[in-house]
Amino acid sequence: MRNGPLLVTFAVGASLVAIFFIPHHKVQEAQSVLLDWANVVYAFALILGSLSLWASHQRKVFARAEGWIYSLVTLLALAFVTVAGTVQGVEEGTLVNKYYNMVNSPLASTMFALLAFFIASAAFRAFRARNAEATLLLGTAIVMMIGRVSIGEYLWHGFPPVTEWLLDVPNLAAKRAIALGIGLGAISTALKIILGIDRSYLGRS
Amino acid sequence: MALDRRIIFVLIFAATALPLLFPVNLPITPSPRVRAAFETVDKQPPGTYVLMSLDYEPDIKAELQPMSIAVLRHCFRKGLKPVVLTLYPAAPGLVERALAIASAAEGKKRNEDFVFLGYKSGSQSVILGLGESIRTMFPTDFWGTPLNKIPMMKGKNSYADFPLVINLSGSAIADYYIRIAATRYQRPMVLGATAVMATDYYPYLSSGQILGLIGGMKGAAEYEKLMDITGDARRGMDAQSLIHVTIAILVLLGNFALFASGGLRPMGSGGSREGTGR
Repeated sequence: MRNGPLLVTFAVGASLVAIFFIPHHKVQEAQSVLLDWANVVYAFALILGSLSLWASHQRKVFARAEGWIYSLVTLLALAFVTVAGTVQGVEEGTLVNKYYNMVNSPLASTMFALLAFFIASAAFRAFRARNAEATLLLGTAIVMMIGRVSIGEYLWHGFPPVTEWLLDVPNLAAKRAIALGIGLGAISTALKIILGIDRSYLGRS
Repeated sequence: MALDRRIIFVLIFAATALPLLFPVNLPITPSPRVRAAFETVDKQPPGTYVLMSLDYEPDIKAELQPMSIAVLRHCFRKGLKPVVLTLYPAAPGLVERALAIASAAEGKKRNEDFVFLGYKSGSQSVILGLGESIRTMFPTDFWGTPLNKIPMMKGKNSYADFPLVINLSGSAIADYYIRIAATRYQRPMVLGATAVMATDYYPYLSSGQILGLIGGMKGAAEYEKLMDITGDARRGMDAQSLIHVTIAILVLLGNFALFASGGLRPMGSGGSREGTGR
């Protein structure tokens, strides 16, 4: 039965591809059943992920590994949200809702906001006109940075049309080419997995 | 050019804080993409059901929360019926808040003028499942009311019952909606995305797979302008403008200083002596 997982992958993969192209109601019903299965798998994956997170951080806390205090905070937060959410729910006014609004949301926003400082510092240090390509990139970046915000229009009315052209012509051409490449690559990878050529998902090459 | 990074941090802090404390209300001109999104929503007849998926978490709420509020207010003002859901586990708190703000501003009531289905794990399979049966994916709304007991949901059970799908997303969930809702189920779709993501979706706009695109805080500010309301996006654009100009000036100064000091040779003379930047 060493080929069992490959056969399951082939059967499910080929069926899903076929279902996409067959509009018959019986086939669509089969899709609904498969979707139910997928949702059950997702639910178990969520439980498995939570248990794995717990086990990993618990090990760090017990071993007093470097940064164990952060692991302890993770464990306490996980336990608190799970217990309070299960007992009280997550609606307005509940403990989980207060935790979300007063702790989770401000912390997540702050972490992301800090990026502005580091991006500014990194841009100042690394954005150099070393050669023709870098100069082109630098010039485009400056035009986009100023032209895509309100002050650009205020400084020079030509900024918006220039930035629109940059977005609609060179950017669109490049993005479309990349999207087509990704699409073809995805089809190729999917076929390799369905046909059993690529077995890396089984933990071996 | 040596410049203490703390000076850069102070400049960025000042560029962020000052316009928020002393707004100057710089002009905002709606782009064709945002105008297309606005007009797509605007031309829906009153009573039209709109499926809205708001998929973002607090890290990007500065961009997408004002966008959600503006689009929801537009739907409410036009008498449309948004059925809202999220595929992000940390999003329900933000979506609940956006719905509360928008419904209070436009005088709308839960389960009469809008429904919030809450969060469901599974992203791609849920988006696919919405084409088969909303009730299978979301048996109850966010507050635990069975969908069959919500009058507004009577007879509404799949994409076919929604003439418009709106996805405001900070992730690849937008790709799934385009592939499944817009392409497979042929639903007219409007997309909102973060500024860094927006350019990825221009090809879908030109191919007609999406009808409008709202990109980042600027897009949200343009939508607010079209709505003739002043929300967090319009207030934030002054700060974003000044930060962009500050960064541009810093970059130009760095290059001029390096060039003046001989660290950056003119093009064609062998390039820069500088390494990978400091």
